[in-house]
Amino acid sequence: MLHIESLRKTLPGSPPRVLFDGLDLRVAAGECVAIVGESGSGKSTLLNCIAGLEPVDAGRIALGEARIDGRDDDALARLRRQHFGFVFQAFHILPHLSLLQNVALPLWLLGRADGEAAAAARAMLERVGLGARADDAPQQLSGGEMQRVAIARALVHRPALVLADEPTGNLDPGRAADVLDLLLGQVRENGAAGVLVTHSRIAARRADRVLELGVGGLRDITGLT
Amino acid sequence: MKPTLRRVFLASLLRRRLATALSLLAIALGVALGLAVQLIHAAALDEFGRGVRLLSGSADLQLVGPREGFDEAIYPLLAGRPEVADASPLLEVEARLPGREDTLTVLGVDIFRIAAVQPALLPRAEVGADVGAGRSLLALEPDRLFLSEAARDALSTPAVDSDGRPLPPALAEGRLALQSGVRSHRLRVAGSLPGSSAALAVMDIGAAQQLFGRIGVLSRVDLALREGVTPQAAIAALSPLLPPGVSLREPEAAATEVGTLSRAYRVNLTMLAAIALLTGGFLVFSTQLLSVARRRREFALLRALGLERGELMRGLLAEGAAVGLGGGLGGVVLGHLLAGAAFRLVGADLGAGFFDGLSPQLSFDPVLAAAYLLLGVAAGVAGTWLPAREAARAAPAQALRAGASERSGLLQPRRRGPAALAAGGLAALACLLPPVYGIPLGGYAAVVLVLFAAVAALPALARALLPLLGRGRSALWRLAHARLSATPGQAVVAGAGVIASVALATAMSIMVSSFRVSVDDWLGQLLPADLYVRASSAAASGYLDAQAVARIAALDGVADIGTTRLVNLRLSDEEPVFSVLSRVVGGGWGLPLIAGSKEVPAGAALPPVWVSEAAADRHRLALGDRFELPIGGRMEGFVVAGIWRDYARQYGAAVLSAHDYVRLTGDTRINDVAVRVAPGHELSAVAERVRALFGPEHVRIALPGEIRAATLEIFDRTFLITYLMEAVAVVIGLFGIATTFAALSTTRQGEFGMLRHLGLTRGEIGRLIALEGAITAALGVVAGLLAGGAIGWVLIEVINRQSFHWSMDLAVPWRPLALFALTLVALAALVARLAGARAMRRSAVLAVKADW
Repeated sequence: MLHIESLRKTLPGSPPRVLFDGLDLRVAAGECVAIVGESGSGKSTLLNCIAGLEPVDAGRIALGEARIDGRDDDALARLRRQHFGFVFQAFHILPHLSLLQNVALPLWLLGRADGEAAAAARAMLERVGLGARADDAPQQLSGGEMQRVAIARALVHRPALVLADEPTGNLDPGRAADVLDLLLGQVRENGAAGVLVTHSRIAARRADRVLELGVGGLRDITGLT
Repeated sequence: MKPTLRRVFLASLLRRRLATALSLLAIALGVALGLAVQLIHAAALDEFGRGVRLLSGSADLQLVGPREGFDEAIYPLLAGRPEVADASPLLEVEARLPGREDTLTVLGVDIFRIAAVQPALLPRAEVGADVGAGRSLLALEPDRLFLSEAARDALSTPAVDSDGRPLPPALAEGRLALQSGVRSHRLRVAGSLPGSSAALAVMDIGAAQQLFGRIGVLSRVDLALREGVTPQAAIAALSPLLPPGVSLREPEAAATEVGTLSRAYRVNLTMLAAIALLTGGFLVFSTQLLSVARRRREFALLRALGLERGELMRGLLAEGAAVGLGGGLGGVVLGHLLAGAAFRLVGADLGAGFFDGLSPQLSFDPVLAAAYLLLGVAAGVAGTWLPAREAARAAPAQALRAGASERSGLLQPRRRGPAALAAGGLAALACLLPPVYGIPLGGYAAVVLVLFAAVAALPALARALLPLLGRGRSALWRLAHARLSATPGQAVVAGAGVIASVALATAMSIMVSSFRVSVDDWLGQLLPADLYVRASSAAASGYLDAQAVARIAALDGVADIGTTRLVNLRLSDEEPVFSVLSRVVGGGWGLPLIAGSKEVPAGAALPPVWVSEAAADRHRLALGDRFELPIGGRMEGFVVAGIWRDYARQYGAAVLSAHDYVRLTGDTRINDVAVRVAPGHELSAVAERVRALFGPEHVRIALPGEIRAATLEIFDRTFLITYLMEAVAVVIGLFGIATTFAALSTTRQGEFGMLRHLGLTRGEIGRLIALEGAITAALGVVAGLLAGGAIGWVLIEVINRQSFHWSMDLAVPWRPLALFALTLVALAALVARLAGARAMRRSAVLAVKADW
């Protein structure tokens, strides 16, 4: 599904700092990969490169048949709209939308009719256990509940790839485990590919593979954590 | 404030430079407009006062009466009184220069008297001007006149006539032609007036009376009192001797009278400036509210670290005060610049015609400047008050928690429906209040209350209107719609400035349009003839006598004529100008009556009078009431037979039948002759015959169309300054949109970053912001239009009625208003998008990193 070859990324500066070079990664549909590494090792940057939000210096990124590198800004935006789902550390739930509207947002962007979008969003909220609160405002939610909404939003349009950047960073350990189980379960259920960036080795262990990011690229440490 | 805190608070202003700069500019504009109006008027009054002091010299009292003058018999009576040391009689004539637009002020003086009372008017004969006659007696000769330096300069310059054709200088080879009636008289310039800086001429009073056909008439007597006699004591002792319509006043009172005459106009302009300042205050409110929302965590952290509530509040108020101080300083500078520019462009009266012929100097008044500076600071502090209180009350612990931005809620103002209703009700009550010293305070209060009600009602309006817009299928539309539906508070913050400015512009345009349509209609009714003949303006020395009128009536092609005589009376010190028009009332000669009839009631004991609305308001007159006027040196009683609309004379006017006027006064002069041309005759041929009769330089012939065009031109010039103020208010309103969206683009970076992750392009983010700007402005515009309609009604029915005593028919300029509203919405979209450009530029990656 996701196919990265010989990726190189440097950060500007004098001298420029190489974040990674010759990085290769393949993630199959239905597979979840966790990426761990030191702070500043470039985990989030890698996610952004995959999403087309940061340019790369060399290498190739493809989602299925679609090349991500080398597209213009607007084409990347349309690609993300269709095929990507995101979960953020800081949730980024829009406070002025109801939970249902927050989840329906990606469907709105795809131009789906109101009824269809609402039905799909409601079904997705059921799947994350918040079906009864679809019409509530985000202000009434706890952090864990907010991240559930974010997960529903990331998956409602059945994207091919879900990218999650420290999805449990703002949650206590008990909540974090629940949220992570939900995220990975839903990604797998949808048949999507998942890439999860995290500090937490405990969180990483729940993924199918755990990869550590270093200057030389990714090292498979599944089972070592 | 502690120095460290200064960094926290005042430095925040520097971080949000755009919002700070726009708030500052808005306050500066409000302060500048108000100060400019004040400065211009003060300078004009000051100049007028200087002129008065110069001309009255060391006089302690002045005897003044109707503009046309009064019987000179009073002069020896006063001069012989023990209270009076010296008395100097004076005849003032605005002498028309034949064939020219301008006039020359000619003072007829008693040469033997002025030395003691008005030394500035003492003439000095030119050396060698005349041989034979004693130089000091030169001034007594009937065809001699003395010119001040300013008058000599003006008259020696080539001029242009009414059609713009060049004319030679009026003064040539030491001779000057002046018009009296429909004749020219050539006078010799015999010398100068070294003591006078104003443009005027002096001649012997007897000669002037003779020349201008005013034998036995004085327009003023200046009195120097004996030592130990106070002006008040003299007024008390001498007043019983005076005939009706003539009174004694201190010379300084003249300036006060002019101030009184122009007060309503000045107060109206000041109120417009106050609304601009109010809009500036709203702008500070919106930027501070948004800034406080954005810095919620910063404040929570400071509070957690030990900052007291009071310190936080004081810090924020200091921010507002700093913006107000900066704006106030800028406004004081800008106000002086504006006043200077206005002097050059429209004259000292701002185009309203109160101070013709003055050339005032702008001066710096530290007290006035300080007062306006304080107003600026007050606007800044007042705008910050609510946001600061809100910030000081917030609980720090909550704001520090993760996800706080989602949980904090949005700018949700408390429901203010009841407040809006109450303000509306109070506004209605305020409209019922009578004016205070001629100032419609109730009306102004109603304007402020309506504005407040409109701002308070905006969230409710948003809730009512947004569902009507429908959700649509476009994601951008749905996002904008959802955001504004959930946060009507945002509409208030961004829209408050728009409401104030749209309401002001709408109200003014409704009022001006109603006024203009009514004036046009009024002119149509007032000018029923085919052409109008006059020898000069009513105030100047040209007139038509009975013989001249008879010659016009006898001309070939003249079917019918109507005559008008205009004199200005002095009713009291409080009512220094009251116009009396003597004319034919019936027979199809127009009088725009709003009550009563043109027919003279049969068998009435008193002669009829038709009073203008202003006269009816100011003297509380109704149909059938008795009204006394000081006419022909006596108080004469009349019965009110009708009330008519008059936009020309805001201090009141009365129409008498020509028959009654001549019977009571013996005055047979005529100012205007209206001519109906017989069928089959050319207008131009008849006009040519009239010109040939008196000489083209002695009469002016106007067609109704020309009078109408000239009147409407004066009208438009008068309202020019108000258009400028409206434009400023609209610009300030757009600033509101700009600052709000600039601030929002900062607070909403996380949101925009997330939307970019979800697949919105940069362009779509821009369109989303523009759409929100447009919807917000549209809500503000709708509220502004409604409030403007209400304020327009208050302006027409309360403020104009009470200030100027003018009624008018409502005429709403629908099309220009619709165009204005749509333009403003489009501009708001553009401004919001420009202000929000930062949101589009910022990296989506950085934007989602943190939630503040």
